[in-house]
Amino acid sequence: MTVIEADMNRKPDVPSLDHSFSDPRALRNTIQTVLLWIVALLASVPLFSVLYMLITRGGARLGWEAITALPPAGLEMGGGFGNAIVGTVVMVGIGALISVPLGVLGGLLLGAIAPSSRMSDAVRFVAKVLTGFPSILAGVFVYAWLVLGMGTYSAFAGGVALAVRMIPTVMLTAEQAVRMVPQRMKDAAFGMGCTQTQVALRVTLPTAMPGVLTGVMLAVAGAAGESAPLLFTALFSNYWIGSLTEPTASLSILIYNFSGMPFPNQIELAWAASLVLVLIVLVFNILSRLIGARRV
Amino acid sequence: MSAEGFDLKGDNSISRPPSRGEILADRAFRGIAYASGGLVVAMLAYILWEIGGQAAPAIARDGLGFLTRAVWNPQEHDFGILAEIWGTLYSSILALLIAGFFGVAVAIFLTQDFLDARLARVFRTVIEMLAAIPSVVFGLWGIYVVIPAIRPVANWLHEFLGFIPLFSTPMAGPGMAPAVIVLAIMVLPTVAAISQDAFQLIPYKVKEAAYGMGTTRWEAIQKVMLPTASSGIAASLVLGFGRALGETMALAMLIGNSGQISLSLFSPANTLASLLASQFPEAGALEVEQLMYAALALLGIALVVNIIGTLIMAMSSKQTVS
Repeated sequence: MTVIEADMNRKPDVPSLDHSFSDPRALRNTIQTVLLWIVALLASVPLFSVLYMLITRGGARLGWEAITALPPAGLEMGGGFGNAIVGTVVMVGIGALISVPLGVLGGLLLGAIAPSSRMSDAVRFVAKVLTGFPSILAGVFVYAWLVLGMGTYSAFAGGVALAVRMIPTVMLTAEQAVRMVPQRMKDAAFGMGCTQTQVALRVTLPTAMPGVLTGVMLAVAGAAGESAPLLFTALFSNYWIGSLTEPTASLSILIYNFSGMPFPNQIELAWAASLVLVLIVLVFNILSRLIGARRV
Repeated sequence: MSAEGFDLKGDNSISRPPSRGEILADRAFRGIAYASGGLVVAMLAYILWEIGGQAAPAIARDGLGFLTRAVWNPQEHDFGILAEIWGTLYSSILALLIAGFFGVAVAIFLTQDFLDARLARVFRTVIEMLAAIPSVVFGLWGIYVVIPAIRPVANWLHEFLGFIPLFSTPMAGPGMAPAVIVLAIMVLPTVAAISQDAFQLIPYKVKEAAYGMGTTRWEAIQKVMLPTASSGIAASLVLGFGRALGETMALAMLIGNSGQISLSLFSPANTLASLLASQFPEAGALEVEQLMYAALALLGIALVVNIIGTLIMAMSSKQTVS
């Protein structure tokens, strides 16, 4: 072995502290470090490639008409995706209305009211399993439950499907935030005769609020980018949203539909819509980071 | 607790026992909190019940034969999802091989002092941002960037190395290879994040001990850090696998949606999730039952993988802490 030879060439009892490249161990260390740098840089290429394409191809088409007009038909020129932006906002809003109260209450249960009860263990486990759940199954579930039940695709069904995806995220981040609240703050409140509810609502929740909001922002960002749950719950529509019980457009489904079309106009619009979608997602992501950073 | 203990007459303290109303409100609120926790458990049960119930007629009609045949013919009511199960597992395993390599490498890069702390934070954000890009955007990017970029390479490989089963077909457009590449990119942040946690949980003195014995940085990483973090890395791979199995839109856009079983990287294929995405919107009532059965199969696979991943993660964090 070369390593042993190198060791034998050294004088006994005087450890060599040189960092010489002729030492195979040092050489191997350097080569592996260089390779690791290459691998790490390669791993960051996709993000920059995606952003570059979004800015050059999406940015070229992005304009007032693109974000306010209705989608064009077949060979028609111009058009935009205004209704899809509205649809995405409405459905993410419905999702948040359902998931935030449920998620925060669940988070309080897991983190403050009964942190180590068997009930909480079960809830925590299910929530963790649900975060890794295929998102399309949320769509299948809501299709079976609401679309077949109500007899129509609707913005409401789409919002519920998004809520199914958002609840575990909100709940688990709320739990983490609630757990960070120092025990002595809660003890002080208990010592004054507060009930658990008063402590949870007046002490724990306000203190944990930045962390809770981080989770909400992350869930909203994720939901805005979701498409699989909407595919056959909200479907798509070429018109402005009229009520919550009719098929509704969304940015992600528009991108999916337009990406496969043989018309350059639609493909340009798909890129522009992607840019808008990524901007929305990034804004909420950055918001979550800012709020989260304030806590520390 | 009795109220007397609180009652110190003549004291200016704001402490006082809760009133009857407050105790009632407390009970009610705790009830609501328990109910919303219970709702999440109930939701999972209801998802299983609802999808299972819709799939029941198809299960009764086709039995297990549905899982072992590779046909999808709505005209003749002839259905089987073996090709989709194969495509799901094949694409996820290949993607996991790539994402596992890159993800663990990135985790080592970020946790073993290769970068100064500020640069490491920037780089970590770059990898985390990958997770924020919506699946459809990756699909669009795959169609217009990945497919044109790898098509010449793929066809060259087919021409000169076509005798290897992996390269046995030419690449026309959508297929396994672009789908796997994009899938790997989407799974990478999951693997990298959880592996990083595993490395960060290792006490610093372990590394110091290794350095103190005269190891180079890489010897310390390979012989000490990697084995110590291995259970966390295993959890990251299993959870990454779970994510890959369920990924839908990018695959529906890139894999070609053709139910065939082939080892070739360049032939079109299909996965369970993209079968659901492409067939569901225009399915007839009978086909919906079959699709529910397919959804149930996907649910079963994903549930098993996710439960294993969550359990490994719980075990590994306990192990490292103790």
